[in-house]
Amino acid sequence: MKHWGFKISKPRVLDFDTANLDAYNRLIEKVPSAHRCLMCGACTATCTANLHTEFNFRNCHLMFRRGQFDGLAEELDKCMLCGKCKLVCPRGVNTRAIIYNLRIVLSDLNYKKIES
Amino acid sequence: MDNKKKYFWNEYQKEIADDNYYYERSCIRQSFFPGSETAFLKILRDELGKTIIDDQNQHTCTGIGYHSDVVQFDTTMTICARLFSLMTDKELKNFVPSCVTSFGIFTEVFETWQEFPEELEKARNFLRKATGREFNIPENISHPSDIIYKYRKELKQKMKYQLVNHKTGKPLRVVEHIGCHYGKIFTKHAVGGAEFPQVLAGMIEEWGGEVIDYPERRHCCGFGFRQYLVMANRGYSVANTKKKFESMEPYKPDFVLTNCPGCTMFMDRWQYTIAEMEGKTYDENGMGIPVLTYEELTGLLLGYNPWDLGLQVHQIQSEALLDKLGIPYDPKDKFVGKSGKFIGQPEKPEILKVDYDG
Amino acid sequence: MMDKKVLIIGGGPAGIETAYSLALQDVKLVLIEKDADVCGNIKNWDKLFPDFKNASEVREKLIRKLEHPNIEIITNTEITKLYPEGNSWFAKNDAEKIFEADAVLLATGFEVFDAKRKEELGYGIYDNVITSVDFEKMYKSRKILTSEGRVPQRIAFLNCVGSRDEKVGNHYCSRVCCINAVKQAIEFKQLVPDSKAYCFYMDMRMAGQFYEELYRKSQEEYGVTYIRGRISEAAVTMDNRIQIKAEDTLSALPMKMTVDLLVLMVGIEASAGTTLLSEQNNVLGLYGFAKPLGLYSEDNMTAKSGLFLAGTCKRPLTLPETLADARSATTDIIRYLKTTK
Repeated sequence: MKHWGFKISKPRVLDFDTANLDAYNRLIEKVPSAHRCLMCGACTATCTANLHTEFNFRNCHLMFRRGQFDGLAEELDKCMLCGKCKLVCPRGVNTRAIIYNLRIVLSDLNYKKIES
Repeated sequence: MDNKKKYFWNEYQKEIADDNYYYERSCIRQSFFPGSETAFLKILRDELGKTIIDDQNQHTCTGIGYHSDVVQFDTTMTICARLFSLMTDKELKNFVPSCVTSFGIFTEVFETWQEFPEELEKARNFLRKATGREFNIPENISHPSDIIYKYRKELKQKMKYQLVNHKTGKPLRVVEHIGCHYGKIFTKHAVGGAEFPQVLAGMIEEWGGEVIDYPERRHCCGFGFRQYLVMANRGYSVANTKKKFESMEPYKPDFVLTNCPGCTMFMDRWQYTIAEMEGKTYDENGMGIPVLTYEELTGLLLGYNPWDLGLQVHQIQSEALLDKLGIPYDPKDKFVGKSGKFIGQPEKPEILKVDYDG
Repeated sequence: MMDKKVLIIGGGPAGIETAYSLALQDVKLVLIEKDADVCGNIKNWDKLFPDFKNASEVREKLIRKLEHPNIEIITNTEITKLYPEGNSWFAKNDAEKIFEADAVLLATGFEVFDAKRKEELGYGIYDNVITSVDFEKMYKSRKILTSEGRVPQRIAFLNCVGSRDEKVGNHYCSRVCCINAVKQAIEFKQLVPDSKAYCFYMDMRMAGQFYEELYRKSQEEYGVTYIRGRISEAAVTMDNRIQIKAEDTLSALPMKMTVDLLVLMVGIEASAGTTLLSEQNNVLGLYGFAKPLGLYSEDNMTAKSGLFLAGTCKRPLTLPETLADARSATTDIIRYLKTTK
């Protein structure tokens, strides 16, 4: 084995041609209001978990929308389902239902948690 | 290229000097592609009958040091000024830097002096204090690929071969890759502009080949100076090259044509690295896709000996391409130097196939 | 009947609406149009935002308004010289035909941005990169197809092509393209419900009435996906589709995707006539548009006595705004005619 001193970097690009974008439809079936999300971040700003951990609900929702599931299930476990996010949403998105159903959809997709 | 595409580059035609050139050599090309600069001088003098001065007193333009943040712009300006003073000594006005990085440096210095005359005065002062020399600003700065482009039709008249597969009669399919610093810094200094440069595409089409328009055509080769110079960062560099080869692979290019030393070097050598690291090659036969300089290509089509052009020192070997073009070569001469002595030959790679025994 | 005469240059919505309003007030006028037909840029449109009204209905209504004995229409005549002399105004075409009037309304309107100028987006090079105007022309036959005649399964709309872009010298917002992208995305999804429609934006500027509602509807009912990021490069793939690159700024990651059709939402630029005639009369404003005397109650007047402005020769405006502006210009013109000798 040759010693190179470096590895070929992996692309960071979100590739919409290969990502599983259809999984989002399964969330929409259960929470149609998710479509309306503008990614304003009010939910994250008011989030109790966000104040103490890196949990970012807006970003979790976006990553799922983009078909990026790595580490998502673990992130969602940080939510305490208090529902404050739902109160502040300007577009009436049922954020709490998104969290609840994302867990189910991710589990249905048989998306394995990444073992560290 | 159909008429629609010509729409753009017609608007970006630059002035290219027609004779009496001062040639500024590249630091790295003479070791990486040792036949290219010699071939260029021969083409200009013997084929086109031009005057071009190759000056033994010249030196670096600082390009690699400048782009790696170890040389300041003031130093770069002064060193460029000295090169201009050498040109002035020869009573020439047309400056021709062999390297695209240098071309970028000279156009940057030139444009800086146009916009900020106080910087020009500064450079004149620095040079005077350091060397006692004076200089004139070149009237024309052209890259050698500009000059070959300008005389592509004249050269075609003298060519023995065309960019056509001599067995099938079909045009060869060519990927052209332009160095970033040729057109991206100052679009107006590039034939065809930055998005669809015509400088190499114009040669390929004129000489019978077909230009491949693939999705990552405009992407950087990945050299990126700092990315390459620091070993731990080389993964970024090679990843960019890989991105380009992945994108061009389905088009089955016969070869890649470049006008920048960094691009030629990295698109050629990284194919070896990718093959060794990942077992992947981007052609059908596991030999890699040859990467040629425009001087090497011009020389080949003019009938110059491939080994005189230095094709044997490329990582990706070019015999298969020569066979397609119908260009004869003698394998026995491949590693025989100008003195007639054996110059040694490289080790055989593990993955990439080559025509010689390692 | 007033014995004064008005000259209106430009037979688009602004020119027609002003002509009609002036005619109703017993003013005699000549309306000069450079093209063979009146109605300007809305000739290209099929349905209008935000209510999907047929543009043809609006056009027919406007054309009927010209059937008034006080209105004389001259088409196929392009004014290239406009100047005052004493209390009169004179307009000439290249054939030296002279029109004289007591007051002039400039209603020379806009032209859409030439998308070829954004080279990196490949318009005019790649067949499957089209503009919003091309989309509209295709939509008239209810057939949005790729150049190979395929029904697109994935379409992308890019906002701000020629607007809010220093590189093309246009710092301003064209105001109509965001909502037009929403409209066209919905129209496309209605035609091809199983498709994916993406809209790339820097800001979604939904400032008009019912715009935000339509935007919301496009997400909720049609599943249009909005991505905040500007497409930086379009390239062709082997099967003649278009690969686009942008940043998905909300996730801070670079993204790429291949689409069957890329639609460039071209912005509004001052028409050549607007710039030419404004320049001749020292009323040239920013970006080639004509400059009104003031922003508030003087918005239809100019620094030149007797020269008035209406519509998109001043700045990007929507169609309803243009029509309202035309009626507002009428008031100023009549006041001027009544107070000058």
